[in-house]
Amino acid sequence: MVTNEIYERIKSDIDTYDVILFMKGTKQMPMCGFSAAVLQILQGLDVDFKVVNVLDDDEIRQGIKEFSDWPTIPQLYIKQQFIGGCDIVREMHENGELEDLLREKHLI
Amino acid sequence: MPIKKNELEELIKAALPDAQIELKDLAGDEDHWQATVISAKFAGKSRIEQHKMVQEAVKSRNIHALSIKTVVRES
Repeated sequence: MVTNEIYERIKSDIDTYDVILFMKGTKQMPMCGFSAAVLQILQGLDVDFKVVNVLDDDEIRQGIKEFSDWPTIPQLYIKQQFIGGCDIVREMHENGELEDLLREKHLI
Repeated sequence: MPIKKNELEELIKAALPDAQIELKDLAGDEDHWQATVISAKFAGKSRIEQHKMVQEAVKSRNIHALSIKTVVRES
C-alpha cells in the first residue's frame, strides 16, 4: 500500500511539472531499455520535461504503479494526465499523436 | 516466468473471445513477448484502458516482458 505521504509526493510532482517521466535511471544514464526509449522520444521533441528516477526510491517505485494502476515503468504524464508506458508513447510518437498533444497543450 | 505461446493466447482469448492475436517471441526465450491484439471490445475505450484489459487477462502469469499493441476491430 502507498502511504499518504508517498501519494502526496507523487501527486505534487505531477501537479508541478507539465511533462514528467517516471523512469529507471536518469536523463544522463537510463538504466532500462524501455525507459531509454521514452527518454529518447521526449528529447527528440524538444520539450521541457522532468525526470523522476524510481531507482532512487523504492516507495516511489511501488507507489507510482498504484497511483496510476499501471504495472510497469516508465510512465509518462502530460498536464496531470497519465499517457502511458513505452508501448503507448512509442505508438503515439510514430503516428504523430504525441506531438499533436504537446502542441495542443502549448508545450512545444 | 516463461509462458508458451498457446497458453498466452488462451489467456487473452479467455478475456477477449473475439480477439485476433498475433504473438512474437522477441528473445526466443518465451519470456519477452510482443502481442498485437485486435478486438471489437476495445471500441470506445482509451488506449490505456485497452492495454489494461490485456494486462488484466495475463496478470495471473508473471510474464517478464509483454509489449502490447491494441487495435479496435471495426464491426
